[in-house]
Amino acid sequence: MNDHDFMSESDRDIDLVRAVELELNALAETTDQAEPFLIKKLHRRAFLKLSGVAGSSLVLASVLSGYGTAAKAEDLGSLVGSIELNAFIKVSSEGKIVIYSSNPEMGQGIKTALPMIIAEEMGANWEDVEVLQSDVDESRFGRHSAGGSTTIPRTFDQMRTMGASAREMFIGAASISMELPRDELHAQNSTVSHLFSSKSLTFGELAALAVKQPLPDPKNLIFKDKADYTIIGTSVTGVDNLEIVSGLALFGIDVRVPEMRYGAYQKCPAFGGKVISANLEEVKKLPGITDVFILEGNDNVRELSSGVALVGTSTWAVFNAKKQLRINWDESSASKDSWTQMVSRAKRLHSQPGETLIAETGDVQSSYSNPDHQTIEAFYEYPFVAHLCMEPMNCTAHYKAGHDGTPDNLELWIPTQAPTRAYPVAKSLFGLDQAQVKIHQMRLGGSFGRRVYSEYICEVIAMSKQVGAPVKLTWSREDDLQHDFYRVGGFQSVKGSIDQTGKIVAFEDHFMGMTYKGGRISGSGFRATEFPMLNLKNTRATQTMFDIQTPCGPWRAPGANTTAFVIQSFIHELAVKAGRDHLEVLLELMGEPRWFDQGNVRSLNTGRAADVISLAAKKANWGRSLPKGHGLGLAFHFSHAAHVAEVAEVSVDASKKLKVNRVTVAVDVGPIINMSGATAQVEGAVIDGLSTMLGQKITMEQGRIQQSNFHDYQVLRLPNAPEVDIYFIQSDYSPTGLGEPALPPLAPAIGNAIYAATGERVRKMPLTDEGYTI
Amino acid sequence: MARYQLNINGRDLEVDVEAQMPLLWVLRDELGLIGTKFGCGIAQCGACTVHVAGKPIRACVTPASALVGQPIRTIEGLADGTELHPLQQAWIDVDVAQCGYCQSGQIMSAAALLAEKPSPTDEDIDAAMVDNYCRCGTYNRIRKAIHLASENTPSQFFDASQGGGDFHVKQRSEGQS
Ligand code: FES
Ligand code: FES
Repeated sequence: MNDHDFMSESDRDIDLVRAVELELNALAETTDQAEPFLIKKLHRRAFLKLSGVAGSSLVLASVLSGYGTAAKAEDLGSLVGSIELNAFIKVSSEGKIVIYSSNPEMGQGIKTALPMIIAEEMGANWEDVEVLQSDVDESRFGRHSAGGSTTIPRTFDQMRTMGASAREMFIGAASISMELPRDELHAQNSTVSHLFSSKSLTFGELAALAVKQPLPDPKNLIFKDKADYTIIGTSVTGVDNLEIVSGLALFGIDVRVPEMRYGAYQKCPAFGGKVISANLEEVKKLPGITDVFILEGNDNVRELSSGVALVGTSTWAVFNAKKQLRINWDESSASKDSWTQMVSRAKRLHSQPGETLIAETGDVQSSYSNPDHQTIEAFYEYPFVAHLCMEPMNCTAHYKAGHDGTPDNLELWIPTQAPTRAYPVAKSLFGLDQAQVKIHQMRLGGSFGRRVYSEYICEVIAMSKQVGAPVKLTWSREDDLQHDFYRVGGFQSVKGSIDQTGKIVAFEDHFMGMTYKGGRISGSGFRATEFPMLNLKNTRATQTMFDIQTPCGPWRAPGANTTAFVIQSFIHELAVKAGRDHLEVLLELMGEPRWFDQGNVRSLNTGRAADVISLAAKKANWGRSLPKGHGLGLAFHFSHAAHVAEVAEVSVDASKKLKVNRVTVAVDVGPIINMSGATAQVEGAVIDGLSTMLGQKITMEQGRIQQSNFHDYQVLRLPNAPEVDIYFIQSDYSPTGLGEPALPPLAPAIGNAIYAATGERVRKMPLTDEGYTI
Repeated sequence: MARYQLNINGRDLEVDVEAQMPLLWVLRDELGLIGTKFGCGIAQCGACTVHVAGKPIRACVTPASALVGQPIRTIEGLADGTELHPLQQAWIDVDVAQCGYCQSGQIMSAAALLAEKPSPTDEDIDAAMVDNYCRCGTYNRIRKAIHLASENTPSQFFDASQGGGDFHVKQRSEGQS
């Protein structure tokens, strides 16, 4: 993606037409259809070439550290900056602005949001901006990664710095050209104007001179006042939407390179099993199959597991041949995990405290034994779940063996949340230095934490190396569902008491989670600071870990997505026991506005919490009377620095058919960058949360995952999607991420609403296991 | 392997493939029409939805050899050269996509619906879209975009679009940007 041409928004339609025509002509003219449409023909870059927009393009590099010393150059190729160089702004003499997005886009909207911040500070007109995905090069672009709802908080100031420094360079150039003092100049709408006359010059007219201006010292940059924002906080449609609705190549799975072959990979159904032998010769004879071979692997499920690789002339050929494989597996050290056994073990342990003490304050025991207190306990359960990205795992690799003394090199097209993680495995498994590896980051068809691992990358590198040709590896849905890094399942035994006034005075949690071969699993652990541990005087949290061999990993709001269900449901149980209004009890728990961790703006603030709880309740008309079988449920959860409260309105009939009518959400993540993107994340989190809570469950026996495809692992469907009402409190704190935190409160809000509607408590997910349908 | 003549997006094309090869892989791997997506391979998710003679089908389970002589339309052929289909424009205006992966299948299902019912009710939308999964949860915007496309477009447009692709209606609504 090193094309340096430009295309404006207005060129897009023309170029779309050209691309479609090109494609149709190619279709019509092609007689030999072995490789009629290489990726370039359908790709945006092709449009750029077609559009013929030239002009002396110039580059403005904005450097975050090493300001003033970092190089700035005439073109991208020679730009060298500090490793914190985070994005590029290019402006042509015709006023086209290219903003590079360096972070992976997986549906969280970052490819639109970050350039909006730059464009805002720069004074650009959004219509002039073209956003391109950068390639992977940390020395030029800074850190490439997305995850943990951290991209916005991590880069907000950096993006503003870049935009503001570009703006200052334009103003500097305008000051020279117009012979006017800088402080009489103002940048807006891609134009620098004089405040006291009608004089103005466009960014395009100024580009050549602007690039020669000294890079401003970031300390002297003044960011725009919020009141002057024209882009941040508005609704902007996603920058890739035209490609998406036109079916143009964006995703990893769409990659096509010359001479490319198609790959599939069969691993042992029980994690950790190794190939002893297989009917390779027989399968090799199947139509469209060119190579079938065993990869030994390195016994690291995050890298290369043992398996049989198939390479052929189409995805269908290798998928089909894969079904004909007969493999002898050595399962002596493979997983024997059994969900049934985990459940019975947890049930045996639930009434005792856990093995390890996590945190303790006051004295829960004396609260329990106080005759004036009422004490209740409950056992909660949640299963393993899969990520189920709509785009199955895939990657394209071209391993080129060196010759005549030139080193081997590798080109990768990866849909991943963490592109640079390919470097260390290219080194450790294939002996390649970073300089020998070129990475293209592709759009991700969903990720939710799944694509932080590199095993599908390792598999395809090994395959391409073996066959000496570029290979696109595509996992079948069965591979994807049965070889995931699952959201870890678990159990929590909770206990609490209320005093004679109905106030919650003690809380205890025995967290039963998992370790993977002795190591920590993302999301499986109880935090000492977990709500309401710091809100009460008598608390105790203990933990017992079961060791497993089923790979687990981060899944949208790790930890929070299950712990919120337990705690926010149990607080409702306590409120019910006390005969009190849930809203009142929640607000009472928050108490006076304060930070849980004074000085840490990423910690829970009880004032912000109370505000979102009150707002959600008010907007949902909390307390209103509802017909029989209907109920409102409230929940709050703090995660990823975000304060989110949700109220669900459900109805349940006698046959336990559930209808979620509406979910009202109140969110405080500070200022919103892209209103359309932000509401999309909340809508998505609510529907994802409901989908998961309702019917998703991965079980394993004898180490084998028992679900295989969408027929036995279902996703919520369009007619069942609730209305989602979203309200943002745009507090003045710096903005934080929204990809995850709206999901955790959903499950307890639904559970509490079901209780309100039926008197039946939900302590186990998924709901279909409890007899509910939708 | 055998040669088959397929009519895709108004063009006659010859492919040389196994008789059982599903249309999905003929499109993606043989013809490079990657807009039609693979999600499950067992007719459960709708990511691979295309039109055959105007009706939505699942390309992942339909052998291409069975479609000889029938007009096939994919997402790449939905726009009329110079004009996006009203649904494509509505999808942009409503900013439907999150990851975007399911959306060509969603749009193709919606296009088949509008061809039959230019002013669909919510129930019509429920029935037509029930088998298209969206893992990212864009369902409410999908519903909104279908209504928007319907409202913005004279109903004869959708009839005219049946199978032929001679769209003459220029329809644009304000973008959100
Ligand atoms: S890929 Fe055809 S329905 Fe899922
Ligand atoms: S937008 Fe991601 S699956 Fe629908």
